[in-house]
Amino acid sequence: MATLDSKVPKGPIKDKWTTYKDKINLVNPANKRNIDIIVVGTGLAGGSACATLAEQGYNVKAFAYQDSPRRAHSIAAQGGINAAKNYQGDGDSNYRLFYDTVKGGDYRSREANVYRLAEVSGNIIDQCVAQGVPFARDYGGLLDNRSFGGVLVSRTFYAKGQTGQQLLLGAYSAMNRQIARGKITMYNRHEMLDVVKVDGKARGIIARDLITGKIERHSAHAVVIATGGYGNVYFLSTNAMGSNATAAWKIHKKGAFFANPCFTQIHPTCIPRSGDYQSKLTLMSESLRNDGRIWVPKNMDDVMAIREGRKKPTELTEDERDYYLERRYPAFGNLVPRDVASRAAKERCDAGYGINATGEAVYLDFKAAINRYGTEQALLHGDTNPSAAKIIELGEQVIEAKYGNLFQMYEKIVDENPYKTPMMIYPVTHYTMGGVWVDYNLMTTVDGLYCIGEANFSDHGANRLGASALMQGLADGYFVLPYTIGDYLANEIRTGEIPTDTKEFDAVEKEVQDRIDFFINNKGTKSVDHFHKRLGKVMWDKVGMARNEKHLKEAIAEIKEIRAEFWKDVKVPGNANEMNTELEKAGRVADFLELGELFALDALNRNESCGGHFREESVELDGPQKGEALRNDTDYKYVAAWEFKGEPSEAVLHKEELEFNDIELKTRSYK
Amino acid sequence: MDLTLKIWRQKDSNSKGQMVDYKVTEISEHMSFLEMMDVLNEQLVNSGDEPVAFDHDCREGICGMCSMYINGEAHGPDRGITTCQLHMRMFKDGDTITIEPFRASAFPVIKDLVVDRESFERIQHAGGFISVNTSGNTQDANALPISKIAADEAMDAAACIGCGACVASCKNSSAMLFVGAKVSQYALLPQGQIEAKERVLNMVAQMDKEGFGNCTNTGACEVECPKGISLENIARMNREYLKASI
Repeated sequence: MATLDSKVPKGPIKDKWTTYKDKINLVNPANKRNIDIIVVGTGLAGGSACATLAEQGYNVKAFAYQDSPRRAHSIAAQGGINAAKNYQGDGDSNYRLFYDTVKGGDYRSREANVYRLAEVSGNIIDQCVAQGVPFARDYGGLLDNRSFGGVLVSRTFYAKGQTGQQLLLGAYSAMNRQIARGKITMYNRHEMLDVVKVDGKARGIIARDLITGKIERHSAHAVVIATGGYGNVYFLSTNAMGSNATAAWKIHKKGAFFANPCFTQIHPTCIPRSGDYQSKLTLMSESLRNDGRIWVPKNMDDVMAIREGRKKPTELTEDERDYYLERRYPAFGNLVPRDVASRAAKERCDAGYGINATGEAVYLDFKAAINRYGTEQALLHGDTNPSAAKIIELGEQVIEAKYGNLFQMYEKIVDENPYKTPMMIYPVTHYTMGGVWVDYNLMTTVDGLYCIGEANFSDHGANRLGASALMQGLADGYFVLPYTIGDYLANEIRTGEIPTDTKEFDAVEKEVQDRIDFFINNKGTKSVDHFHKRLGKVMWDKVGMARNEKHLKEAIAEIKEIRAEFWKDVKVPGNANEMNTELEKAGRVADFLELGELFALDALNRNESCGGHFREESVELDGPQKGEALRNDTDYKYVAAWEFKGEPSEAVLHKEELEFNDIELKTRSYK
Repeated sequence: MDLTLKIWRQKDSNSKGQMVDYKVTEISEHMSFLEMMDVLNEQLVNSGDEPVAFDHDCREGICGMCSMYINGEAHGPDRGITTCQLHMRMFKDGDTITIEPFRASAFPVIKDLVVDRESFERIQHAGGFISVNTSGNTQDANALPISKIAADEAMDAAACIGCGACVASCKNSSAMLFVGAKVSQYALLPQGQIEAKERVLNMVAQMDKEGFGNCTNTGACEVECPKGISLENIARMNREYLKASI
């Protein structure tokens, strides 16, 4: 039976990683040539891991469901990547990045992992620049930084609004070099459908060729899962359409514990849903809150008039507007952390003040910023008495230079000009902090099975800060896993090639094949999307931004019902031995239907409010913080790692107590 | 709005394809083009037919997966966007819309609107990288200043999403905008200089081997490119190629 040993090395936090690396086992270069590693998922974490492991000499087999590693959803990250370089000389350090990340995560992450993350963050930037990643630079030719939410320094490196794209293309280029050398075998348009264990160790996977439908066996001495988060359990999210939890869920069912599934980030600034046909939602970068003011009308008459098109938002006077973040949180105003901003928007919309037809939208208004910048620019141009039109013209130019691509994206989707009328925004699922439980080595509770990037749980606690996802993905893939995996593989040098014609592979392949055959032969009456949308609605309504015991219990029961109906009545057209996108979706939704239940169970278990997880039962009852989230360190200062026992809601809870030796636990206040 | 769709259906790479007509009704102008395709597919699944296979993933114009040729234009009638960012307000009630895959001999059809772009991958394997290992001891990122102009130009070239619209739009099915963008990104940066010669020679050789055509400076690729990759990148690649060849 696997136990929860985090394997955090002893010693002062500053020395742990260095000392640990000095002592772990290494694999001799000649032996690396005889060792195979499977990496599933080739985004920032998987792609960087593939490249580095292949450089070191291992034989890597990499799997992606898209037609190229360059298409992984890491590519959609806009804002930037954090690193404690202190190039701005503003007092940044590894400790400060570590501190900000633990605090931002509301004290639910593992200290030693986060410190290591901060420690290698600088190396990431060096590595990416050496690869030719075109980061933004200042006129002196040095790297530029911007500032992000929840921190007091400028440590975010960026490449226009496409930082994720450029970092992913960097990792992709490093992979290409190894593919050319034959050290990585790339399996594009392949989906992992299960993991194969031999004598308790992960030894391979069963994958489906998405073009031919062929079920394939692949073996290795270790398996790495880097398949991202499970945000699509909500159906609507900012994730890619294909983003799924199948690999993570399948390994959970084969013995890997799943940690803190209820820690999900709902991002406050997304373009709202416009109708039932909606397939996904688009994020508007957090950076917009630097200049935008968020509001809804004060009076219900105005809300109705706006919804019915009788009034325009620009016609409301200042007195008629409720800048609710500035009202509730005068100290941080519009720049409160993501979880706080999201809940405040929900509170107003639940009270009936949502300004679009669905009642789920608030305004993000740039008028004040346009006026402010315009006045400043006019002065800089020597115009001391500018006309109102001139101020607006100059102000809009500044806004365009800062956010032009986002404004263009908004206008294409909504068909309104956000320079002239306020943007409509609403919170949407964006990132999942929870994931597969891993120890300090990034190994799961199954020997030889690793999990990196968003797919694991370790670094962001209950809430992730902006520009930290890219940092974690690349830290895991370039600088952590390639060391820690060697410690395990040092014992595998005598193993030899892993055969695939064994009973273990037979058994798992049969499970996979049976499930596919079931879907094809079921001939039900409802499409996969029908069930996915229903699951998403339950998750959003009852396991969304605010949760309570009653709703969570209802959610668990309803998800069970939907799942039972899915297995009876799902309809998958076409055949198994061809490209079949409905069949692909069916497998993924089947897994979401189980994960959603564990998610709700975890949320039910954690009767405290922390980070992205808000329990209505756990709020401050009086004092200046009245109504705000109340964390409970006495009862819940642990990682909830769930062991699968046949039914998601029968999962057994294992606790990893969190120790905070280098950071004092405090209540987050943004008042 | 109600629409007639003429869509290329092809069972697999070995079968012969054909255009098939479909009707969709009550399409909202706020839908994206792919959401309209979702509506069609839901309709097909419910009536027991096979849905139309098409590539898509991020649905926010950055992954480069979507690849439809709509009314004779890669990514459809709007500019500076991918198919997933195209909205139905660009069409009107009663329109007939023709939807085909990206066509090029180097992009064989896999199924319906899905094409095989492995040729792009092989071009990248031939030289789309800088040979630097992940040692953790790489020199400090600020040790080598790079002019803002060069960095910005490299970024503009690096913005390519590898969708293949340039190839689909070109009468010669040339991939020179795609290859030029990668060659340019590295040619503009000091880190790219050491392998500059081999890179351009190898990538161009692979491009030719894959069966992509030559550039005749029509500029259709630049017009249809969702990321506005400039023709200057082709000129720069030609210069690099010439430098490497003499």
